[in-house]
Amino acid sequence: MQKDKSYIDTSQAVIHIRDLYKSFGDLHVLRGVDLDVFKGENVVVLGRSGTGKSVLIKIISGLLLPDTGKVVVLDREVDTLDRKQLMELRLKIGFSFQNSALYDSMSIRENLEFPLVRHVKNLSRKEVNTAVEEVLESVGLEQTINQMPSELSGGQKKRIGIARTLILKPEIMLYDEPTAGLDPITSIEINELINEVQERYHTSSIIITHDLTCAKLTGDRIAMLFDGQFLRVGTFEEVFDTDEERVRNFYDYNFTE
Amino acid sequence: MQSQEKKSYIVSKPYVISKKADSFFSSIYDAFLFIGRFFKEVFQRPFEFQEIVRQCYEIGYRSLPLISLTGFITGIVFTKQSRPSLVEFGAASWLPSLVAIAILRALAPLITALISAGRVGSSIGAELGSMRVTEQIDAMEVSAVNPFKFLVVSRIVATTVTIPILMLYCALVGMLGAFLNVSQNEETNFIAFWESAFDQITFLDVWSSVIKAIVFGFTIGVVGCYKGYYASKGTEGVGKAANSSVVLSMFLIFIEEVIIVQIANSIRGY
Repeated sequence: MQKDKSYIDTSQAVIHIRDLYKSFGDLHVLRGVDLDVFKGENVVVLGRSGTGKSVLIKIISGLLLPDTGKVVVLDREVDTLDRKQLMELRLKIGFSFQNSALYDSMSIRENLEFPLVRHVKNLSRKEVNTAVEEVLESVGLEQTINQMPSELSGGQKKRIGIARTLILKPEIMLYDEPTAGLDPITSIEINELINEVQERYHTSSIIITHDLTCAKLTGDRIAMLFDGQFLRVGTFEEVFDTDEERVRNFYDYNFTE
Repeated sequence: MQSQEKKSYIVSKPYVISKKADSFFSSIYDAFLFIGRFFKEVFQRPFEFQEIVRQCYEIGYRSLPLISLTGFITGIVFTKQSRPSLVEFGAASWLPSLVAIAILRALAPLITALISAGRVGSSIGAELGSMRVTEQIDAMEVSAVNPFKFLVVSRIVATTVTIPILMLYCALVGMLGAFLNVSQNEETNFIAFWESAFDQITFLDVWSSVIKAIVFGFTIGVVGCYKGYYASKGTEGVGKAANSSVVLSMFLIFIEEVIIVQIANSIRGY
């Protein structure tokens, strides 16, 4: 099914990255990364494990500091912000973790309420319940509201993780390996959910994955990360219509496997 | 140019003394920064009252059965062990005072702290360690909630508040155990036992024990939170965080015990 791209505004970059470097000891993970993510757009960052894909979104959300380079998110340079400014920026960023990262001592309701009651003041109990039910409905898991995270399947946890970020109505979504460890049918459901989130909330997203099906279904543009740099950036067809050996190998391996 | 300078620093970072010594001193430095951050954030809004109360319940109320049992048995055993020597010197009537001083000054704070280090310290280390390696702490951070305040400050406040209360409770239960033993061997009643027991107890005894328990509680909270909050290397790291929380807490508790006893004794003029 063709995606509606009418809400993508290519004149406005919500994430602007230039010459980004990040190392851990002697390991140079990112070596001069440049990337623009436009308003309303889904950009998939593809690459093998350990190439620094997750590091990239952790830098965008301020969880890690870059060694050098410029990372501007919603017109604010992330590594120059003080803690208060960073917190304000984070309210506009949703982060879906690879292992969902649900708070396992809290029920699903409490997981969803947790960010809401801390950031939106003077909410009545009824308003909180409505907001929780609304995001649960948007991920199709209304019946899990009183369950604990340990009672959910991997796919359900991913959905709840996404719901927890949506409750603050973010402008940017960062997905870290959204389909990792899921069966093919659940993976497709998660891919559909990512597209639904984009259409319903008009979010701009970075989707980190090594799953080409996920990339093809969710990405408006694909950025292939190799050796700490983007090798190719463009639509799925543009990226893979090449004789470049590393890109071909990645494509062939994914679909053969 | 600037980027090259920064990169070369990361690659060829020299050790000041040796890798192990540097790591040891840097962890001490980190621990002091951690404690400094606690004092900075504990007085800043928003206060996580609900979480503090929940932690007090988890740490305090749930420790009651173990503290009761240990305190009671310690009271009985200590009285039983002390009796023959006092009887030999014809000083059996001093037994309630001796037991009261021993329990309040030394046994109750130490027993409560050691039990709490085992039960509470390991639980805090494992819980925060597990939250760290499963990215739950990062999830709090990116949802613009201060995880240090919610997880660390609340737990350290809870251990600092509840362990002195548990210590006083342990002393009370220990004295009940002592009374049980004394009443089986002597003709005494409850009131006479308590009057005799508290005869030699001073205000300084109570306060030095309470202060000791506050220091122990703070130590258990800080060590458990520090080890858990900075856990790494997956499930292995969680185990290490829990284990090292207990070992380090107990080690520090003994050192603090020696220092506080020394200070209390010098105030008493011994």
